[in-house]
Amino acid sequence: MQFMLLFSRQGKLRLQKWYVPLSDKEKKKITRELVQTVLARKPKMCSFLEWRDLKIVYKRYASLYFCCAIEDQDNELITLEIIHRYVELLDKYFGSVGVFLLFTLLEMFQINHSYTIMPINVKPVFSLVFLQVCELDIIFNFEKAYFILDEFLLGGEAQETSKKNVLKAIEQADLLQEDAKVSANCFLCVPIPRFM
Amino acid sequence: MSDVVEKTLTALPALLALDSQPGAAKLSSTSKLGHLIRSITELSSKHEEEKLISKELAAIKDQISSPNTTMRQMRELMVRAMYCEMLGYEADFVYIHAIKLAQQGTVLEKRVGYLAVSLFLNESHELLLLLVNTVLKDLQSTNLIEVCMALTVVSQMFPKDMIPAILPLVEEKLSHPKEIIRRKAVLALYKFYLIAPNQVQHIHGKFRKALCDKDPGVMTSSLLIYQQLIKESPASYKDLTGSFVTILRQVVGGKLPLDFNFHSVPAPWLQIQLLRILSLLGREDQSTSELMYEVLDESLRRAEMNHNITYAILYECVKAIYTIHPKADLLEKAARCIGNFVLSPKINLKYLGLKALTYVVQHDANLALQHQMTIIECLDHSDLIIKRETLELLFRITNAQNVTVIVDKMLGFLKLCNDDYTIIDLVGKVADLAEKYAPDNEWFIQTMNVVFSLGGDLMQPDIPNNFLRLLAEGSDNEEDDKHLKLYAVDSYLTVLKGDCSRLPQRFLQVVSWVLGEYSCLKEDEDQREVISLLNKLLEQRGVSSETRSWVLSALTKLCVGPGCADLALELADSLSSSLDTVLRQQAHELRLLSQDSQLHARVLPRPAPLDNLEVDSSLSFLDGFVSDALAAGAAPYKPPHQRHEENQQRALSLEPYGLSLPVSLSSCTLTDRQSPTLFSVSSGLSGNSTEPTHRTGANTLMLEGVKRVWGKEGYLPQKEPSGTQVSVEEPSDVVQSPHQQGTAETLTTQPETEPEPEPAQLDQEKQQLASSLFVGLGSQNSMSLLGKTEAAAPRFRRKGRHHESASSSSSSGASEMSSNSSHSSHHTADSFLYGGLLEEEPATPIQSLYHTLKSTTANGSLDSRQHSRPASGMGENEGRDIVSVKEDKQSNSSQILGSDMVIVRPSKMAEEAVVPPQNSSRPLPSTSSHSSDYMILQLPSELQGLPHSDIVKMTSDSHLSVSCCRVFREDALLLVFLLSNPTETALRDIAVELSCKELETASLKGNVIECLDGRNSSVCRYTLLMQRPHTQVVFTGFVTYQTQPGHTHTLPFSGNLSTADFIRPLVLSTEEYGKLWLSFSNDVKKNLPLLTNTGDSLLATLNALKDSLQLHIVDIIGSEGIVACRLLSGAPCLMHCRVNDASLAVWMRSPLSSLSDCVLYHCQRVLEEL
Repeated sequence: MQFMLLFSRQGKLRLQKWYVPLSDKEKKKITRELVQTVLARKPKMCSFLEWRDLKIVYKRYASLYFCCAIEDQDNELITLEIIHRYVELLDKYFGSVGVFLLFTLLEMFQINHSYTIMPINVKPVFSLVFLQVCELDIIFNFEKAYFILDEFLLGGEAQETSKKNVLKAIEQADLLQEDAKVSANCFLCVPIPRFM
Repeated sequence: MSDVVEKTLTALPALLALDSQPGAAKLSSTSKLGHLIRSITELSSKHEEEKLISKELAAIKDQISSPNTTMRQMRELMVRAMYCEMLGYEADFVYIHAIKLAQQGTVLEKRVGYLAVSLFLNESHELLLLLVNTVLKDLQSTNLIEVCMALTVVSQMFPKDMIPAILPLVEEKLSHPKEIIRRKAVLALYKFYLIAPNQVQHIHGKFRKALCDKDPGVMTSSLLIYQQLIKESPASYKDLTGSFVTILRQVVGGKLPLDFNFHSVPAPWLQIQLLRILSLLGREDQSTSELMYEVLDESLRRAEMNHNITYAILYECVKAIYTIHPKADLLEKAARCIGNFVLSPKINLKYLGLKALTYVVQHDANLALQHQMTIIECLDHSDLIIKRETLELLFRITNAQNVTVIVDKMLGFLKLCNDDYTIIDLVGKVADLAEKYAPDNEWFIQTMNVVFSLGGDLMQPDIPNNFLRLLAEGSDNEEDDKHLKLYAVDSYLTVLKGDCSRLPQRFLQVVSWVLGEYSCLKEDEDQREVISLLNKLLEQRGVSSETRSWVLSALTKLCVGPGCADLALELADSLSSSLDTVLRQQAHELRLLSQDSQLHARVLPRPAPLDNLEVDSSLSFLDGFVSDALAAGAAPYKPPHQRHEENQQRALSLEPYGLSLPVSLSSCTLTDRQSPTLFSVSSGLSGNSTEPTHRTGANTLMLEGVKRVWGKEGYLPQKEPSGTQVSVEEPSDVVQSPHQQGTAETLTTQPETEPEPEPAQLDQEKQQLASSLFVGLGSQNSMSLLGKTEAAAPRFRRKGRHHESASSSSSSGASEMSSNSSHSSHHTADSFLYGGLLEEEPATPIQSLYHTLKSTTANGSLDSRQHSRPASGMGENEGRDIVSVKEDKQSNSSQILGSDMVIVRPSKMAEEAVVPPQNSSRPLPSTSSHSSDYMILQLPSELQGLPHSDIVKMTSDSHLSVSCCRVFREDALLLVFLLSNPTETALRDIAVELSCKELETASLKGNVIECLDGRNSSVCRYTLLMQRPHTQVVFTGFVTYQTQPGHTHTLPFSGNLSTADFIRPLVLSTEEYGKLWLSFSNDVKKNLPLLTNTGDSLLATLNALKDSLQLHIVDIIGSEGIVACRLLSGAPCLMHCRVNDASLAVWMRSPLSSLSDCVLYHCQRVLEEL
């Protein structure tokens, strides 16, 4: 894998991980181009893209796009599953309100997906949902999202494919954290609805 | 769904409560980062965001540099800085603090520090050096988490030069009790292997231990390393096949712990890794493949669940099955699998299905037939990506009968597409197909017109160049040629009459060249119309000056006769004040030529002569000029390497200059009037312009007696005006392909032979499309894994491009015969004079290292031109240059003619290939032993004086055998392919194609041989240049030939080369060495084993190195020795050795640090093998 990007529907970068050495300028250029290309694609389209000499594999989870660049001979489907496994890990770690619940809410209330930036005065539940829950965990705890990614993928290769082991490694490190008590797990224990 | 909704609803109150009750996110939103994020979301414009962030960054900067900031605060600041960087604002002042945090913080802060470092810096950042100490300390820590963090950061980025510092510690971790540490250590070593393979060479044994680790995670990680190793040399890991098969069987059988399951599929990542390794091992190897049939079958069988992950495994299985030695029932199952993919309603699977089909159709075109309807549907798919992949598939199955339909589809796609990369790629493919399969002239010209106007200035420059070359050379049928040219002229006149302000420059250049060259063929038309059209083009705005110069050349050719003189004068006047010197010069030429029609006829004869233009590459006619200049006090000319060394002595430039053309291109008269190919080199300087200069100046220069040795044929030697040759390509409008089912039938009348799936349900139109797309497929294919035989003879005789499609077509074994294992066994008896191709053989001394060189390449001749400037001083050397160039040409053409030499050549070289000379400088002991059934292979004698390797047999079949010899020329590695025909029948149209992605390859002469008679042999050469050092490179290639017209055979081969093949001794004095040494800075250090069994161990060791690696021992003083070498004629590499007890401490310095690594790597190998 060459790099991984997470960005929101508004095109805001939420996380970036580069496994090939590139200059900042190149990185910015690539990010800008890719975000545009991916956002322009329609929901029913293929999750794979040919872009320059790379293959882009992307998937949208709620309002977040996960986007990986691989080489031509790599397996696109397994990359899609790497994304999925990462989402599962994030989900499990951040206590599951995140991505999936939001998705459910959107389905339930049939909210138009193209709803954009949160207007401050919208009904509280939706404003909460839109701005915060979906990307909230990743925005406010982005460094943790990185830690999880580093445990899962190392140097662009899937390092540990056992979900239990990844989380164990993260939690061990977290135990040292003084504020571990108030970590993300505190409020909900909703089973994850399966959409896949 | 209902229980999901229910659960969600129960969750809702808690969610709402979030508003009042601080949860995790709420909590952090009260922090400073939270505050920052909130305020950013409240902003409405980008401008405000910029203001806010710069304020934030200023605050961070302020706080972070204050001495009172605690590490804990630092951590918080770091997170905020990372956030700002992610938004795209630079915060480089925190980088150093990130390193400090990683160094000094407690575990928690360290973790953030390391993360920040890995996000901020990249591998080559200089600050990374400061991290080395921290990593070193943490690796030794007793705290597991610290060790983990250090290993994580190491496997993401680490300065390459510092690897030796931490390597022992990482190695030690391979036997750590905790599996997470072992796993990360393996991954770190994998990373090291990728960036500096020679550093971890000695721990290959430990990789095996990791492979046998009881923890599946560690084992999985070690597979990454093995995949890489096996990719580089599959032969050395064949013994592991059994183990990999066993592991895969266990995984598939569900023997792993359950938490490795992913959606109830056992360890899919591991499975895919293993499948890839197996396909690498089984490629072209029947016995190894047989070991894995069973487990592949089982994998296919087990992966039946309907989930992405099983499809991912299936896809990999299918690829493996088609890569290894084929087995019928597995292939059948794999084909069924592909069918499921292609027919799947899920778009992602459809895409992969198409990709798999594209991979597979070259082996089995029937599969494409089975899915033709799906393919046609995909062709009209709304998603461009699917369309694109479908076109790729169609490209692979194109033949002479369906080419029009397929090219039409491709052009249609091109019109919709706006992505540069895709356009470049597709345009190249269309041009390729058009050249190969064009059904008639009109279609060809029209297609190329579309290609030029769509591809515009983006496309590869060789497309227009090849096109023009093709027009200029034509085929054997003159009538047909004329027709083609006339049609081109007509169509371009139409183009110019229309609006041409939007046309790309490249297209205009092609148009003006063709008009200038061939519009005279049109007898009925007045040249004046052409002239006025071109003139109009010249005045048009937006035409680049390069194009203008093309147009002007065309006008110069056309402006002949009294009617045009006025116009020419007018034109010359208007342009003689142009700012562009080239245009000005051309205007001047135009003026002179238009006034003197005799001179014009001599300079630009019409019709353009087909015989070769010969250019005196030694520029001897300039001798007088040079000696005058010298007499007037000009500095004598120095060859580039000498200048380069002088520069280094002054220590001004630390980087070597790359190979470059001589600066004074304008004085280079090599550009041949007929060859548009050189334009890419001398942009702005059209060949047409240089020729007249040279000629107009001929009044004073002695051109008369100069023999023309270099011409069009230099790069296309198959054009031999021999009447005896049977025309292989039928020059009529319809392509004859006797091998194919329906010979010479038009598309519409082509009878359908392929199975039609339920024709009743398909609508007429699609069926028609299908029949035109898939025509000509089903018959000729079999389960041949050696690639689809090229049944249809290409319309235009350009063998060179066959290869492109074949090599780009697959990474599979189709075009690659792993000859390694085979020829190593063949030749164990041969003593490899210079480290065999495999480097398995012990190297024996080569006799002459410091050899005077003859240059025969294009580069060489450029060089020789440069040499000639200081006139007589170097006379002898040049003389030889010219001779060798001549010899090249002549020997080649004579060999083409084979034994019935009708043309008398004044060179003795011609016989050489047939009759081996007796006085070979060195006996080649065993070449005859393995070649009793064919000719004794000998190098051409001009090469025998150069150091060279043994002749190694690359590949052979019943008709042709190909051997290869590496000749170590000072400025390049020459691969000489000796082709011999052991049968009695003549072979025709032999083409040798070679490719290597790391090296620059150039076919020196004649990679196409028209005819090789029975019991005869011929030679073809490639020069290889290595610009950046690579320890090992693999080259692949193939030979195509025809036993009878229409029966093309392909013979693939491949081989390995190492840096050692590209290293040449660098002869200098101790003093020079000292100066050079000081001018480089980056050292690489390593201890090498010392040969202790002889008296003077240092001398013995250095001699051993010298003998096998072509190093130059500069001096030996006491226990120290200095050695120098260089990469071809490029970057030097210096080596300083000192005896330390039983080892040799070596320091390497070179402007290219990778060169030091490579040389060191080879030194180590040499010494270990002794």
